[in-house]
Formats: sequence, structure tokens, C-alpha cells
Amino acid sequence: MMRLPRFHYFAPRELGEAVQVLAGEEDAMVIAGGTDLLPNMKRRQQTPRTLIGLRNIDALKRLRNGPDFTIGSGVTLTSLVEDEKIKSDYRGLWQAAAQVATPHLRNMGTLGGNICLDTRCNYYDQNYEWRKAIDFCMKKDGEICWVSTGSKKCLATSSTDTAPALISLGAKVKLVSANEERTLALKDLYQDDGIHYLKRRKGEILTEVMLPDSSGLRSTYWKLRRRGSFDFPVLAVAAAIEFDERDNIKDARVALGAVSSQPIVCATVNEFLQGKRLTDEVIEGAAALCAKAAKPVKNTDFAPHWRKRVLSRIATYALQELRGDDMRETRKKIARQYL
Amino acid sequence: MNGVTALKPVEQKNAHLSCKVNGEPAQVSVMPCKTLLEMLREDLQLTGTKHGCELGECGVCAVLIDGLPALSCLSLALDAEGRAIDTIEGLAEDAELHPLQSAFADLGGAQCGYCTPAILLTSKALLDKQPNPTREQIREALSGNLCRCTGYQQIFEAVEEAILRISQAEKQAAAGTG
Repeated sequence: MMRLPRFHYFAPRELGEAVQVLAGEEDAMVIAGGTDLLPNMKRRQQTPRTLIGLRNIDALKRLRNGPDFTIGSGVTLTSLVEDEKIKSDYRGLWQAAAQVATPHLRNMGTLGGNICLDTRCNYYDQNYEWRKAIDFCMKKDGEICWVSTGSKKCLATSSTDTAPALISLGAKVKLVSANEERTLALKDLYQDDGIHYLKRRKGEILTEVMLPDSSGLRSTYWKLRRRGSFDFPVLAVAAAIEFDERDNIKDARVALGAVSSQPIVCATVNEFLQGKRLTDEVIEGAAALCAKAAKPVKNTDFAPHWRKRVLSRIATYALQELRGDDMRETRKKIARQYL
Repeated sequence: MNGVTALKPVEQKNAHLSCKVNGEPAQVSVMPCKTLLEMLREDLQLTGTKHGCELGECGVCAVLIDGLPALSCLSLALDAEGRAIDTIEGLAEDAELHPLQSAFADLGGAQCGYCTPAILLTSKALLDKQPNPTREQIREALSGNLCRCTGYQQIFEAVEEAILRISQAEKQAAAGTG
């Protein structure tokens, strides 16, 4: 039986208390839904001495309308999926949240937790004895990256579903510490390093996600995984496009998930789509550029070259859906559910 | 952020929590590093909740927390403070099985039975929220519960049979009182 290691537990009711404890404790982590952190603690991948539970902080659980639509980081994925505004106005986010793990895990897991989800790798997401048997890896307790033994940096994969969708929707996040607050574009929260994948500073808690007004925007999220439930993405395409009255693209944002240590913002695709109409040729060109931007490595399910090849197919489906094609049956075949 | 008094950690050896388990108030002393699954099985002797992968990959430890299906192996016991926990032990009323339980028994909805408590509770949460789900909705609601015997077909049929039995019982009750 895998028991949790011992830790000191704090259960603050106010955000102010939480950031103060986080500032004062060495080696502390925050815990929201616990669905990512607790398995990692059981396998001794993450071993904080102190845990700060965010579950009782009501301020983190709010959804607010305003100039921006604001979602508290403690809102569960189930609450997101049940929110009518998200379903109609931020479709890509809704589709992403609805495909995270399983209904049980969505009842527990939060948006903030999914954004900060630990990067994943076949050589890292194993129990302690398994990892010890290979003399550990660079991400925890070891020195070598077993995915690419010559690599100087960890290649663990970003596996969050909601982040690519949020990035395509132009989301910003608010980070609060004991001394300051700052807001940054979600895409700037990440960096291409499997260990230090977040640019969150010590002592900061992600408190809110802000989404700009979505009028005129169409968005979508396509995820590929082996089973229709449970699995993390092996690749994902999120896209949000604003069309003008003649169906020309005013603004396009495409982001890829699970093909790098961070969600990839496809700047080349976004530029390529600017001012064009979504004809079959344009979609084909954009999908090829998406595949070019992806850098899958051999650390998750399915072979990397196949993931790269099939990515252009998934990107094609995403853009066809935004064009207004009826993709319901294709979606059902891939996601095993209508979304 | 000023003016906040320093918060103390929960006591390591003497942590108490109060919650409701199957409708009854419960007071438990647990170590902070215990999961809800460990608390239910080891401290309250409620061994109907099963212990599977311990990592959120099987769904066998599901219980209802405030009416929602959640994995007890990935919940801290201390986070149950003030919440209502429902386990399989609370599903039958005295000697009378819940319609889901009797339908599962009659239709072979359980083979080895290990995943059954979690599936029954998850189905109950679905029927509480949506009394007449489609096959598609049942499938989606149970998509977080693995059955290694692969008896999904009988499980879906048993849930549908339970829906029929519940609505029949309700009709009879209405006729009786009317």
C-alpha cells in the first residue's frame, strides 16, 4: 500500500493566511483538488514538508462577469462544465474541461490545478522503487534524462487540457504573494523546461483566470488519447478565431498541447491565417504548420512520429469545426462523446 | 495582507475532525497524512469502500462527498471536515436493498464485485441529479469506474432496470396515497 509521506497541514480560510504561510514555510506547496499532487506524493515524486489546503478559501471559488469574465482558480472542472456562459461563449475551454480525466476527478480537480499540472513522463510518473531501479531521472533525484540521454534539460510533457484552450482564448492569470500581485498572459506563465515549466515565483498562488470578451470569437479544443476517459492528452489542438462579416479571419490563435514541455503558441499558423478565408487549401496549409511546430518525444503513449503526423489531421478537424462544418460524428469517434 | 494572525498547522498526533458518514455524525482522530479511504477503512471499519490503484486510475474507491462522486484515495481525511460522506454501507435502508443494489443482484451487474460499491454510488449520484438518464449519460457518468471483469453491458442494463423499478415504486406510492 502506498501511503502519503508525513507533512504539516494548514487549512486557511482566507487567501491572506495562505500566502503568509507559503511565504514563511520552507518547502511548502499548495493543494487544491489534490488529484495531481497526492498521487505524486504517494510515489515520492513530490515531497513537500508542508501542505497548504486551498479548499476552504471561498474567494477562489467564484465566477464573475465584468469587463473580463473571471474564474477563480479553485473552481472545479465540473463547475466549469456546468456553467452555461462557458459552454456558449468559451466553447474551447468547455470542451477542454469536459475531457479532463474522469467525472470523479473533475468533481475534485480545479482549474488552477489543471493550469499548474505537473509535467508528465514515462520515466517520472512511476513509483519510487521503479524510479530507483533506473537510478532516477533528471526531473527528480537523478541526473540523466532517459527520454534523450544527451539532453541538458528535462523533456517531460505539458499535459494540461485547459491551458491550450485558455491561451487560444487570450486568458490572463493573476498571481498573488504575501507582498505583491501581478497579472500576466497565461502563455507567459510557461517555459519550455520539464522541471521549471512554470514561471511562478516562490510564494505565489495562482488565484484567478481572466478571459476577455468573446463576442465574435469561435473557439474549439480537440484532444487525442487512447481511451475516451481517464487519459491525459497525447496531443491537443486549441483554436480561437475571430471572423469579419465576410468570413475572412480577423484574428486567429492556435495553441498545441502535450507536444512539448509547455503549451505551444503557433505564431506561424496565426500569421498564416490572418486575413484568409478557411478554404480546404488554407486549412491544409495551417494544419501542416501546426505539425511542424510540434515537438513530441518518446515519453508518453503512442510513437512520436505518429503523434506528429496525426496532429495535422486533428488540427484540420479543429479548423473545419470553426469553419462551421458538422464535425459531430468525427468528434464522437475521437472523443467518444458529443462535445 | 496585514493584520492576519499567524495560522498554525493541524496537530500531527491529535487531529480531530467532525463530519457526517452515511447520515450519522462522526468524530474521528486521524493523522493529517491519512486519506479519506484510509480513514473509512481503518478508523471507521467501513471496508465496503474498496482500495484499488491508489492513484486515481481506477475509480474503485469512489464515495459521495456532499452528494458528488469523488475518489477517497485522493482526498485528505482532514478535508472531510464538515462534509457529508456517503459510502456503500449507507445505501440500503435497514434490511431493504436500494433498487440499484437489487437490480445489480438480479441482472448480474456484479461479477467479481470489487468495483461494484463505487459503481453503485456513482449511479446513485447520477439518478439523484437526473432520474431518467439516457444510455449515453449513464455511460459518461460511469466513465471513471473501471470494471476489470469488463461487465459494462450488464452494469448499464442494471442501472436502467433500477430506473424502471424506482419509477414503478414511485407510481405505486402515488397511487397509494392518492
